[in-house]
This record gives sequence, structure tokens and C-alpha cells, in this order.
Amino acid sequence: MADNERKSLGSRITGSMIWTSIFRTPFPTTRSERLKSILNNVFLHLHPAKLSRHAVKLKYTWCMGGLSFYLFIVLTISGILLMFYYRPTVEYAYTDIVDLSEQVPMGIMREIHRWTAHMMVITVLLHMFRVFMTGSYKPPREFNWVVGVLLLTLTLFLSFTGYLLPWDQLAIWAITVGTNMARATPFLGHEGPGAALLAIGDINLVTMSSDVRFALLGGRFVGESALLRFYVLHCVALPFIIMIMMSVHFWRIRRDGNISGPL
Amino acid sequence: MTDASATPTPSEAPAQEPQQDSAEPIERKSFLSWLSVGWIAFAAATGGFFTMMGRFMFPNVLFEPPQSFTIGFPDDFQIGVVDERFKDSRGIWVVRSYDGLYALSTVCTHLGCTPNWLITDNKFKCPCHGSGFRKSGINFEGPAPRPLERYKVTLTEDGQVFVDKSVKFQYEKGQWDLPGAILKV
Repeated sequence: MADNERKSLGSRITGSMIWTSIFRTPFPTTRSERLKSILNNVFLHLHPAKLSRHAVKLKYTWCMGGLSFYLFIVLTISGILLMFYYRPTVEYAYTDIVDLSEQVPMGIMREIHRWTAHMMVITVLLHMFRVFMTGSYKPPREFNWVVGVLLLTLTLFLSFTGYLLPWDQLAIWAITVGTNMARATPFLGHEGPGAALLAIGDINLVTMSSDVRFALLGGRFVGESALLRFYVLHCVALPFIIMIMMSVHFWRIRRDGNISGPL
Repeated sequence: MTDASATPTPSEAPAQEPQQDSAEPIERKSFLSWLSVGWIAFAAATGGFFTMMGRFMFPNVLFEPPQSFTIGFPDDFQIGVVDERFKDSRGIWVVRSYDGLYALSTVCTHLGCTPNWLITDNKFKCPCHGSGFRKSGINFEGPAPRPLERYKVTLTEDGQVFVDKSVKFQYEKGQWDLPGAILKV
């Protein structure tokens, strides 16, 4: 009697209009129904519909790609929380970082963000190493390797832009040194090879006020506008690009012969 | 596709004919040319917007310190002393030797940090990677590949020292002998 009631409650929920409108297919019991439930879910459909037993062995994949994605989610959530307190101005940036660890409840949030960022760089590199060692970059996966390299550079660039935000001496000088390298960009940096060729008569088109370093800093040295530009890049522009690239990366895993493993 | 129009009902057939007569038929050729005009306009607008995006990143006004300024009269500077008054505000050291007065850049030629003037050691020392420079600006230790740069120094009409940071003189190019690299006072 009680069992009957519980069943009817359960089936009343799964049979309700709300439930069926969210989950188009009933709870999968057969192989084809399981495939269908994966394909009908926007989050799961990026992932391969079925995996071979070999492909999910930890000693083969190291789970480094999955861990990188997990760390990215942790970074997104903790980063959004930090944005509630941090103000990207010369006046407030440093003191807001100090307040985040000393005044704000759960002051460990900034450290979580920082350590997770370090870990993500490590896991992305280890993922790349594993893919290389198992030969998983070979056709038909060669395009996904290229997408992966872009994701690595985006990860490093996110690290680099985040580095300036505490606005302490380490940050300012690290970004000064780092962006000075952009002076030597071919054609686009004012001290780079080929930059002198881009000139009309005696007027250089690529100068200290018009090169790629200037576009990055919003000025001729690391200052107020550099802090704001790095903040926008770190919190909006780069996460936007990396999310698109990650979607492509995951989708191509599915299209290019499933995760890892020989083909 | 084809079977849909295969059997028009008698009621539909007369309704279609006046439509074809009243609306002027667009020929395939003119339609394509209008289409290409549309696409070219769209491509031009998109290209224009991307150009705007590029230009948008380069503001017309910078809220940075001016690049040329006066720093006082030559007699304000003692012979043999490295004047650090303008280090933070203007990014220069003013040094007066027996030869004359010159303005040294405070940017390390290695990777762009700001060295410190160590008065007891009589040298500029960069805290980042340990580059050392003599009072003249010549590098002698650490990874710095070349001496500190000097900026153009001239006298204004009322006899003040005028520094122009947009003109720089590099020792390794033999530019320290050029007029403006050192002010004979």
C-alpha cells in the first residue's frame, strides 16, 4: 500500500507537465534511449554519446582535460564572487585585495582563485603532454590539437592579465616586463622587425603610441588604463573567447573519433 | 517539392494567375546583382565596424604626464650630484657633471624596471635583475645590454632647462655627442 503510494508520487512527478517539458525522453532503460537522452541534453550533447571502456581508464587519460574544465568552472565561480568586492582603479585595487583576505567573510576566496589558476596552467600543460605521448594529436584529431594550443595560450593570457589586478609591486613590474616584450612584435611592435617599413615618408605608422603594446596597455606605460584594460580582458573578453573555443574543443572530441584511445 | 504544385485545385488556380500578372517578375539576373550589392554593402559595413573597433582602442587623449617640460635653472643642480627630484613625477634623473647637464631615463635597458640610485655605491642598480649603471648611464654589470638612454635637454629663452622626452639619445649609436644630448652649462 505504502509502496504503491510512493510509486504513484514518483510517477506523478515524472509524468507531470513540468517534468516532461524539461526532460523530453523518459528515464532511459535501453541503449537507444540512453543515446537519445544524451543527445537531447544541451550540456551532455557536446560530450560523446558513448565511451569505450578503454577510453576512460585513468592511467591512460590522466583526466587532465576534465580536471582543467573543472578548475575553469571553479575559477569562474570564485572569480564572479571576487568581482563583487574588487574595484579596478589605482586608488582601490590593492586595498580591495587586502580587504578580500582580511575583512570579507570566507577570506580564502581570493586564494582559491589564485591557486586554482596555478593548478589550471599545470593541468592544461599535463593534458597537452598526455595527448602528445599517446599520439592523440594525429589525424583526424589534428584540428582539435590546434584548438587545444589556442586554449593553452588563452589560459596563459588569462593568467597574465589576472597577475596585474592585485596592483602590488610584483604585479606592476611583472606586467611592465611582460608587455615590454610586445615592443618586439614583428610589424605590430614599434621596436619589432619590419615596424620601420610601415611608414609614409618620414612618418612612422608604428610608434610607441600606436603599436600593439599601446593597445594592450591603453597608454605608454603600465598605469590606470592598463589596469582597466587587463580587468576587462581578464573578466569578460578572454573568458568569452575561451568558452567558445572550449565548446569547439569538446564538440570536436565527439566528432573526431571519441575521447582518447586508438582509432 | 514538385508534387506539391502538381495538382492545383480549381479554386486555387485562378487566384495564382492575376498575382503573376500584377507583380513584376524579378529576373534571375537582376536579383543576383541586387543580392551582390546587398552583400558588398554588408561586407563594407562589417569591415568598417572592425576598423572602428581597432581605432577605438587608441584614445585621442592620454592622462599621462607630459613628455616635455622645464625642470628649473641650471644653477639649481649641483655638479657631481644625481638629482632624484624628477624620478617619480617625470621619469628622469638629472645629472650635472663638469662637462654639462644631462637627463637620464629611469627605464632599465634590460626589461624596463626602474633602477635605484645607490649614493654610497655611486651607481644605479636595478632591483629586478641586478643591472648596474655608472653615473654617466653606462652599464657595467648585470644583464642590461646597453647604457641608459638620455633625453634632449635645451635652454628656454628665460634660461631654464627644458627636457624633451620624445627625443632620446643612445650611447651605443654614438648619439651622446649630438647637440641636445648634453647641455653645456
